[in-house]
Amino acid sequence: MKKTEGKRRRKSVSYSKWAYIFIAPFFISYIIFTLTPQILTVYNSFFENYRDGLTQIGPNFVGLGNYQKLLTPDSAGVIDVLKYFGNTMLLWILGAVPQFAVALLLAVIFTSSRLNIKGQGLAKSIIYMPNLIMASAFSMLVFALFNNIGPVNKLLISTGLIDKTFDFLTVKVSVRALIASMNFLMWFGNTTIVLMAGIMGIDQSLFESAEIDGAGSLHVFFDITLPLLMPILSYALITSLIGGIQMFDVPQVITAGKGTPNMANTTVIMMLNNFLSISKNYGMAGALSVLLFIITGILSMFVYRQMAKQYKR
Amino acid sequence: MSKKNKKARIQLILLRTLAYAFILLLCAMCLFFFVMLILMSSRSNSQLQGAFSISWGGHFLQNLRNAWTDASINIPRGMINSLIVALSSALLTTYFSALTAYAIHVYDFKLKNAIFTFIMAIMMIPSQVSAVGFIQLAYKFGLTNKLWLLIVPSIAAPVVFFYMKQYLESVLPMEMVEAARIDGTSEFRIFNDIVLPIMKPAVAVQMIFSFVGSWNNYFMPSLLLTKAEYKTVPIMIAQLRSADYSKFDMGKVFMFILLAILPVMVVYSLLSKSIIKGVTSGSVKG
Repeated sequence: MKKTEGKRRRKSVSYSKWAYIFIAPFFISYIIFTLTPQILTVYNSFFENYRDGLTQIGPNFVGLGNYQKLLTPDSAGVIDVLKYFGNTMLLWILGAVPQFAVALLLAVIFTSSRLNIKGQGLAKSIIYMPNLIMASAFSMLVFALFNNIGPVNKLLISTGLIDKTFDFLTVKVSVRALIASMNFLMWFGNTTIVLMAGIMGIDQSLFESAEIDGAGSLHVFFDITLPLLMPILSYALITSLIGGIQMFDVPQVITAGKGTPNMANTTVIMMLNNFLSISKNYGMAGALSVLLFIITGILSMFVYRQMAKQYKR
Repeated sequence: MSKKNKKARIQLILLRTLAYAFILLLCAMCLFFFVMLILMSSRSNSQLQGAFSISWGGHFLQNLRNAWTDASINIPRGMINSLIVALSSALLTTYFSALTAYAIHVYDFKLKNAIFTFIMAIMMIPSQVSAVGFIQLAYKFGLTNKLWLLIVPSIAAPVVFFYMKQYLESVLPMEMVEAARIDGTSEFRIFNDIVLPIMKPAVAVQMIFSFVGSWNNYFMPSLLLTKAEYKTVPIMIAQLRSADYSKFDMGKVFMFILLAILPVMVVYSLLSKSIIKGVTSGSVKG
């Protein structure tokens, strides 16, 4: 790229018109379908604007009223948005811990020249597959398998492991376990592939000299692989966290939008969805979106810095 | 062979066995649900209500017919709608992202760096942040139940742009563009006839990702598509959840799920290698 810099500059004047023509569709589409709605979202957050039954309330300017309402505890002393944020984070952590542990281990196994694992192509194809499956369909499948009259309950009863039907979909622990396992299953293959690329990007001579020095596998992992993998690992972790904050399809379908039991599995985006679909409460939905934007914005800064660093290299 | 060497060999064999067992276990977990789905969709409702069994039920075609002609969930219509949205989005997203990336890569113009930085900055903003305004505008202008409203916004896809930009940097020699200019080829033709073919691998990978993402998308479509004839597959699948499953033909439900994931599975089984390569070589550059 550097080499052609001089040549390009000479010709630049007459061609810059084309540059603007070529980027125009992208920017026009971005301004109409993303930027304008985003600005409108922020604007909405300062207005009371919802439907109560058949009557439309507002829009009335309320300043920071929606934010205040969002962060005010209800009669039971619970701040809904914080509860849902906590649910979302808990569900993410429950899935992400095994996801990253397994992915890290798998990536090390796959890239180890000593183990020299065969059939990697096929194995990678299989473990990546769940990532492409429609999350709502996967959730419906899990529901169909684990409901009261589903095959799993039948199997557990017929083998005598339980003596009466266990309702997986109403018990807090089992609903969470199901959602977290699904997230794990859908994402560990993706993380494995990303981390593998990271490990393969490490200077191979480091591993060779460690081997000559007689360093053990654990020693190599903790003193070479892990520290040098840190940038990519943290990148993968934060993008996973950003994805986790947006968790919606799986808990929405598994709990039929109710976050059963007792809203213990309602995520932040499910709350947003309720504002938008049920009460058309654009004001509260706007305020919630702005909070989400701030949180993901801060997290994205880390990702952006990481990518900028990679890009320069 | 020395004693030490022998010990190391045994250790290696042991480690290798453990590693293969671990990989097999994980693969089995990933395949488990898929196999269960196919088995269960071969069983009639009464078989499913009866004792648990993993044997082939023999009602696969019956279930397929029932699901395909179901009166309340019009799955063929849903699949056509999904296909229209996913295919058009994939085409628009890859073409215009490539075009934008090409413009930023090849031309020197005043706003070049500002624009590049801007696109990088907006890349991570979650789509839900614009959802409120988007839904409000859609309702205001009477644009609910319009499939094109799910398609056209895909023209601006910052992540795809970034991938294309990186790809161009690694494959496109400026000499080629300049030679074409000397031949008198117009700038637009240079992109369409020379650059786009060079970018084929990148375009193909991004088309697949975009297709899959759009085919599986649930949040936005569910808020915009309220009429049965415009609903896409994920909305129909989610609808099954609220039906009273004790009265529902579960064989049909499993078949609906199978139909929902089948197109993506077919594409994946044909192109898994290039898809996996695409995971690492672009947006998540290692």
